[in-house]
Amino acid sequence: MTLKYRAGSVVFENVTKTYGRGSVLAIDNVSFDIQPGELVTLLGPSGCGKTTTLRMIAGLEHASSGRILIGGKDVTQLPATDRDVSMVFQSYALFPHMSVAENVGYGLSVSGNSKAETREKAEEGLRLVGLAGYGDRLPSELSGGQQQRVAVARALVLEPEVLLLDEPLSNLDAKLRRHVRTEIRDLQQELGLTAVYVTHDQEEALAVSDRIIVMNNAVIAQQGTPRELYEQPASAFIADFIGDANLVEAEIREISGDYAVVDLGGVTQELPHRGYRPGPIRVAVRPDAVQLTALDPVPTATAGEMSLKGHITHATYLGSQMHYSVDTPLGPLFVIDGLIDTPIAAGRDVGIGFSRRGLALVPKN
Amino acid sequence: MNRMLWFWLLAGWTGFLILPWYQQEYGFWTLEWLTDGYPFYADYAPAILQATLYDRGWLLPLAIFLILPLALLRVARQDRNYARILILSGMGGLVYLLVQGFAIGISGWGFGFLESLFGPLDVRQYGLGYGALFCAASFLVLLCTGLAAAGAMRGDVFVTSAIGVVVALVAVFVFFPVSRILVGGFVDYDGALSGAAFARNFFNNGVWGVGCLSGGYCGVAWNTAILAILTATSTTLLGLTFALVVTRTAFRWKKSLRVLTVLPIITPPFVIGLALILLFGRSGAATQFFSDLLGVEAGRWLYGLPGIWLAQTLSFTPISFLVLIGVVEGVSPSMEEASQTLRANRWQTFTQVSLPLMRPGLANAFLLSFIESMADFGNPMVLGGNYDVLSTEIFFAIVGAQNDQGRAAVLAVVLLFFTLSAFAAQRFWLGRKSYATVSGKADNGAHVGLNRGLKIVCYATVIPWAIFTVVIYAMIFYGGFVRRFGFDNSLTLANYRDAFGVAIGDHGIVWSGAAWDSLWTTISISAIAAPLTAIVGLTTAYLLVRQNFRGKNAFEFGTMLSFAIPGTVIGVSYILAFNVPPLELTGTGVILVICFIFRNMPVGVRGGIAAMSQLDRSLDEASLTLGANSFTTFRRVILPLLRPAIVAALVYSFVRAITSVSAVIFLVSADHNMATSYIIGLVENGRYGVAIAYCSVLIVVMLAAIVSVQLAVGKRRLRREDRINDTDTDTGANGGETSPILREKRS
Repeated sequence: MTLKYRAGSVVFENVTKTYGRGSVLAIDNVSFDIQPGELVTLLGPSGCGKTTTLRMIAGLEHASSGRILIGGKDVTQLPATDRDVSMVFQSYALFPHMSVAENVGYGLSVSGNSKAETREKAEEGLRLVGLAGYGDRLPSELSGGQQQRVAVARALVLEPEVLLLDEPLSNLDAKLRRHVRTEIRDLQQELGLTAVYVTHDQEEALAVSDRIIVMNNAVIAQQGTPRELYEQPASAFIADFIGDANLVEAEIREISGDYAVVDLGGVTQELPHRGYRPGPIRVAVRPDAVQLTALDPVPTATAGEMSLKGHITHATYLGSQMHYSVDTPLGPLFVIDGLIDTPIAAGRDVGIGFSRRGLALVPKN
Repeated sequence: MNRMLWFWLLAGWTGFLILPWYQQEYGFWTLEWLTDGYPFYADYAPAILQATLYDRGWLLPLAIFLILPLALLRVARQDRNYARILILSGMGGLVYLLVQGFAIGISGWGFGFLESLFGPLDVRQYGLGYGALFCAASFLVLLCTGLAAAGAMRGDVFVTSAIGVVVALVAVFVFFPVSRILVGGFVDYDGALSGAAFARNFFNNGVWGVGCLSGGYCGVAWNTAILAILTATSTTLLGLTFALVVTRTAFRWKKSLRVLTVLPIITPPFVIGLALILLFGRSGAATQFFSDLLGVEAGRWLYGLPGIWLAQTLSFTPISFLVLIGVVEGVSPSMEEASQTLRANRWQTFTQVSLPLMRPGLANAFLLSFIESMADFGNPMVLGGNYDVLSTEIFFAIVGAQNDQGRAAVLAVVLLFFTLSAFAAQRFWLGRKSYATVSGKADNGAHVGLNRGLKIVCYATVIPWAIFTVVIYAMIFYGGFVRRFGFDNSLTLANYRDAFGVAIGDHGIVWSGAAWDSLWTTISISAIAAPLTAIVGLTTAYLLVRQNFRGKNAFEFGTMLSFAIPGTVIGVSYILAFNVPPLELTGTGVILVICFIFRNMPVGVRGGIAAMSQLDRSLDEASLTLGANSFTTFRRVILPLLRPAIVAALVYSFVRAITSVSAVIFLVSADHNMATSYIIGLVENGRYGVAIAYCSVLIVVMLAAIVSVQLAVGKRRLRREDRINDTDTDTGANGGETSPILREKRS
């Protein structure tokens, strides 16, 4: 017997969730659409409503208004027990009094499958996550990574339409995290699952997702592919949250073709205009898009031609890269430089240039 | 319509058509009625025959509420009428059942105005029996299912029904009797309601008199309050010194001191009083020794305030010790270390940091002892002398020559006022003032030791007091073997023979001892009550910890309330409430079981809350998302993980049922006599030897129960550790019952 999956879609239509007689707004009029077979990440700072959204898909919280559809069916009023989704919890929530096999088979046995079928499918599930033969152990006898895989197997054997993962890597150490997130992604691709993944770690989100929904203050800030979010942030929040951008004031001089001619503290740059009109604007400057040139303490002729100059306040050596804090007329800039063999000492003056790849226009407010 | 609903509807019909509607005269469990003229004999007939053959036509409308749900065959679950029909039939059935029960009683109409309205009624009605019970349960489930269908608790039938059942039980067995006692205070001799009756009993020199200020006697209310304040003060101070010695010094016998905390659990409340009589009574061992030595006449100082105070202090110090250990340990060591690094010495640290942090805990221990002292019946009963307190006065108002229920009710109201005030203060005032510094984060560092002076004071208090306690308990066991204490100190087994004699007669073993009857009754009733208490308590705890619903605070307050109601008050209120139909329970074993369930329920609730708070909520949620409903989750995930708490609740309610006396003494009957009330009877007749022998037997029985359960639980723990060692992983080091859960929390 093998596990068969019918990936389902998830649709939120104007969903609002309030707590405490409406005084606290957890989710404010949120709509999105997750296609079958897609891995979508809900990303955002803590308290933004991403976990509430996930729990509403699971049926552990219920919408105050709006509609939720899973696999085309309206499940807004359906409790968790009756929904065809399963969830991997942040704490794994393995039942400590049951063996690994009992944990994995629990969902099957409570929904009335025969003992033989339950055992067979549980074994299949454990094999899927590479834990065949571990069935008789107790969860407490497994390592953190193994426990995490048991939690995944337990969710998968129910052949859910949608798999939910609530910060599944947060309890693993940094090294293991990269490994496990690849495994989860591979498994999802292999089985063609619809998966919704919650995390607050933007790097993790960029790594695993087909699409990312970034939430902030109970609303969706932006959704799109990882590349869209990184390269075309819709707001200063997104630019800052994904990839630590420096936000600097600038001005669009004119629009020519697809490009806007931008004055960035005296430096002129051509950037994709993305619909912005001439006038004051902000530019998100990625830390690695700034090029620093050390200036001689005694000004020379060439230095005078550099239009933007700065002063290094901190220089930090991090092995594979240098981090600099630079005071400039645009404001302080955070800079990452891969040239570790020619570090620039704190206190030096530098000339500043930008590479177009790491710049993006974002709205003023 | 689901199977569960059909089952309960069927139960309702069974109650209406088949089972005897009224209560059986010969006890709840007897099946005599089956062979004795059932179903046509009037006493055993089911409701349908009662209505048709015996002129009790008012029972017929109940059928309407049982027929109504049959309409659901044609109504879909989604239909709004589905919920409406269920709520209507459930609510209607319950209300009608209650109204007819109260309106028509044992002597016709239950209220005078009904008689004047409808004319005299010849037919009478007895207490509700099996049939009515089934019907009521059925209506309750119909109502809860209906509420769930209407959207209560997200349509969860199990949770809605659990709330409904707990609310119904607490309403019937806590609120109804207590409100009955409030009304009882206003009932005059002729049975009519009158404020004069209340005023006469309430504004009475016997209650509020202040004669003791001028050398006379004070009112019983003042007596009780003075005693409670004295006891609470002394036990709190003693408890604090004990707690300080155990947690802040290198005292060698710390572990033995902790054993003291178990003692009050297994000691019937008046036993300390008895032992004190053997030591300090007029013919007591110590009294005689000193009177011989000093040549003074033996005094009667023990009988009265000093004696009760001493006995209560001995009885309740371990309780406040237990509370204060937690409080003293709860003060974060890092606070004290911070204080020391800021150049405060040990004394300054203790007085300016530790003690203020403990203040709410100290107040809590004080209030707890205050309530215990107020509620104590056994010690004042044994040692009271001329010093009357409320709990004993209530008893004598009911059973004495006066048999004045109105006076008993008024005194009970006064007592209730005191204890409820303390309870309310504890919950609402202290509840918000906790400085508990247990944050879940690892708190390194050790507690600061006591400074020299304080240490000497603590040792000087704790060591003699501990020795004194040991002597008292030694007296209990020794006293049982003495022929007549103070007069004839020779050793004998006669006391045990009187109480627990066993002879081999012609027909096998004859339990010839006088105490066997009450001992078996006590053990069987306690054994029946214990699992029921655990079920009600843990279910309530589950609802409080895991579910959110409107009115949850009131629900919690209601379930914990019976903790603050003194046993004597419960006893009186049960007599007033359950002596007449519709619930006629006095004289049965059932009323004892019920009394224990609701007296001990708060203990189960607290234990359950504590244990359940340790379980991460994600375990329930995981179970729900895996397709289990809330009942399956409760049964397969929560209950197995709560096993230690269940065992604790079982043992505790069993033991508390055995030791309780205050409520029981009102509710026992010839058929169902309990050990404690039997012993009180022995004491009243001056048979101290037999009484104290019986007490030692009870203590041994309870110790055996506790130890055997401890062993059983201990073994289970070993098994799990074995298993972990077998599998050769590095995580087994901290095996044991709680470790997986702790891992869950930590990770």
